[in-house]
Amino acid sequence: MIQEAIKKEVMDRLRREILAAEGLQRQAYEPKLDMGLPALASAFPDQTFPTGCIHEFISPDMESAAATAGFITALLGHMTKQKGPCIWVSRHRRLFAPALFAFGLPPDQVIFIHPDKDRDLLWTTEQALKCRGLAAVIADVPDLDLTASRRLQLAVEQSRVTGLLHRYLPGNTGHTACVARWQIKPLSSETGDLPGMGAPRWQVNLLKVRNGRPGTWIIDWAIDHFELSTQLQQSGPAKEIFIYPKAARA
Amino acid sequence: MMRRYAAIWFPYLVPDRLISRQPELRGQVFVTSLPERGRLVIQSASTAAVASGIKTGMILADARAVHPDLLAIDHDPELPATLLRGLAEWCMRFTPIAAVDLPDGLVLDISGCAHLWGGEESYLKEIARRISKLGYHNRIAIADTIGTVWALSRYGKNGSIAASGRQTEALSSLPVSSLRLTDPLIDRLHKLGLHHIGSLAHIPQPALKRRFGTELIARLGQASGDLPEHITPVIPDPVFQERLECLEPVRTAKAIEIAIRRLLEPLCQHLLREKKGLRQAVLKCYRIDNEVRQIEVGTIRPVRNTAHLFKLFENKIATIAPGLGIELFVMEAPVVEPLDVQQERLWLDAGDQQNEVLDQLLDTIAGRLGQDAIRRYLPAEHHWPERSYVAAASLSDQPAIPWPEGLNRPIYVLPRPEPIKVSVPLPDYPPMLFVYKNVVHNIKKADGPERIEREWWIEKGLQRDYYCVEDEDGKRYWLFRSGHYETHVPEWFIHGFFA
Repeated sequence: MIQEAIKKEVMDRLRREILAAEGLQRQAYEPKLDMGLPALASAFPDQTFPTGCIHEFISPDMESAAATAGFITALLGHMTKQKGPCIWVSRHRRLFAPALFAFGLPPDQVIFIHPDKDRDLLWTTEQALKCRGLAAVIADVPDLDLTASRRLQLAVEQSRVTGLLHRYLPGNTGHTACVARWQIKPLSSETGDLPGMGAPRWQVNLLKVRNGRPGTWIIDWAIDHFELSTQLQQSGPAKEIFIYPKAARA
Repeated sequence: MMRRYAAIWFPYLVPDRLISRQPELRGQVFVTSLPERGRLVIQSASTAAVASGIKTGMILADARAVHPDLLAIDHDPELPATLLRGLAEWCMRFTPIAAVDLPDGLVLDISGCAHLWGGEESYLKEIARRISKLGYHNRIAIADTIGTVWALSRYGKNGSIAASGRQTEALSSLPVSSLRLTDPLIDRLHKLGLHHIGSLAHIPQPALKRRFGTELIARLGQASGDLPEHITPVIPDPVFQERLECLEPVRTAKAIEIAIRRLLEPLCQHLLREKKGLRQAVLKCYRIDNEVRQIEVGTIRPVRNTAHLFKLFENKIATIAPGLGIELFVMEAPVVEPLDVQQERLWLDAGDQQNEVLDQLLDTIAGRLGQDAIRRYLPAEHHWPERSYVAAASLSDQPAIPWPEGLNRPIYVLPRPEPIKVSVPLPDYPPMLFVYKNVVHNIKKADGPERIEREWWIEKGLQRDYYCVEDEDGKRYWLFRSGHYETHVPEWFIHGFFA
């Protein structure tokens, strides 16, 4: 009995140490952030959505990019409620501010930064990620190499800010230092017998997650919360990586 | 010690100012006027206008009868005070104590100053010469009391100097109105044949007091020096400026860093003493080849935190070209705002700390990208999608109206709606399929139409009928048809992408 307790404690400690070594340590005083995604919890290390690290989202086309923006906004809605303001760094101005409200994020609480040059984009993102007072930083960064992603990951390890990088038509999808890689695809919405369009439905692919189990889920955004529709696959990485030649970008 | 005063009268203060701003007015007959009880009353008149018989206080319509081509300019009631304050500050080169005497003069306390210019006469001439050079007509007098200098400058010979203790003689030939009395009292004195101050001298004071009240006695006393009178000197706004001279010209970035730190310390201390924070700071680097290089930083809230300001400057050091070397650094804070000390110390809890960190981040970003790159959006009272939100003017603006709820709006919109080809069964039905960028989308589900009328009071054009559609792959789009079926060939556009 006592031995078992000791064993459990040792295991827990070792697990925490491994997580810390992987750049995923959670401070003791930091509460577990509820992202409203209980179904996905088992995919993550420590059963918690990893905060204070970098996530990347890959969108191969405009429709997926819109779905990804919706999913990110819904995640942000949960984060800002619990932690504070967020900054959205973006070079394009496609985002339609009033629509954020439908995903639980009052648009006036987001500070948008629109750099003119690609060079400034990563600099601004890094500066924002270093700022302790923020809940999250979203950046529309199509190009990201290993060095740049490592820099960003180092920045958040100090500040504990969550970085969500949205890569629309990425130039390459090689290895990066991001903790998780996602791909969100829009799916046909469920309306039952009713006519018209239903609530947004996405196929959420968690392609990679450090120390977790990648998987694929079908999730609806039901007015103010995520709702799991089906769990397609729980083990093995989904094969959804796209490589696009630069010339194909809009 | 006996005090000496000088009074400067600007008989054409406002017209002179207007001429210096708009030189084409020189020599013209013009007045400035202000509505008063439903009429336009002349507040000031140019020299040419006065020469043709126009006076201040006349009604503009009457003056137009005298001079039909009279040019009337709107009078700014604040202007004289602002001008006089500026002139008073300018006069501090002659004496440290200069006061504004509304509506059209200055009073200077020149005790112990005149000998620096070689006596009162040359002192007075120098003041008159330099003010004339600024473009202002002026009359100056020097005497022992404020009352006397006021009277002499307005009614005496220009440039008259009353010797110490000789107020009575200087004033005796001047009219009673030079005593700064109210109009009814002046009228009463004139009715009794008392036109000059000299004629009052022989009447015993108790009699004067009984007949004319204390006002006349007080004014007489102030003029003669029996009653004390004070002026309120103008205190110039503090200038937040620090200089650093280098023994040897410096060229390296490290040296510039040190210079910035050395300048920021005293500047922030000065700001603390004055309970101010800066919104803008400028560093000027004077190079030995007479070139000046300058860098500027701005902040969104008043700041006097050395570390934060240094960080803002640090990002810009690379843009300074030191050339052969910099020999002088000047740090200025041209824009300052009140920043309380207590506020800073007592109320700095967690929330404030978070705000401060955020402010510092935004200052840093604005320093590199410009203030325009940082935006917040607020709802606007428009249904037209392109106008349904506006950029907030400041970071603390709160929405005046709630964000619209229950509207199905796409998360991404195209900067401009793009035309699409559609196949549509009947008017008001959503399309069966549409072609966008050479891809055919078969529509499976659709909502709509939602008609949004163009706001005719802002712009003309066709209304839009919006449809939310979903194709067989589950991709969702925002389409609209422009115009009525009956009157126009309908055109279809894609406007956005739903999540």
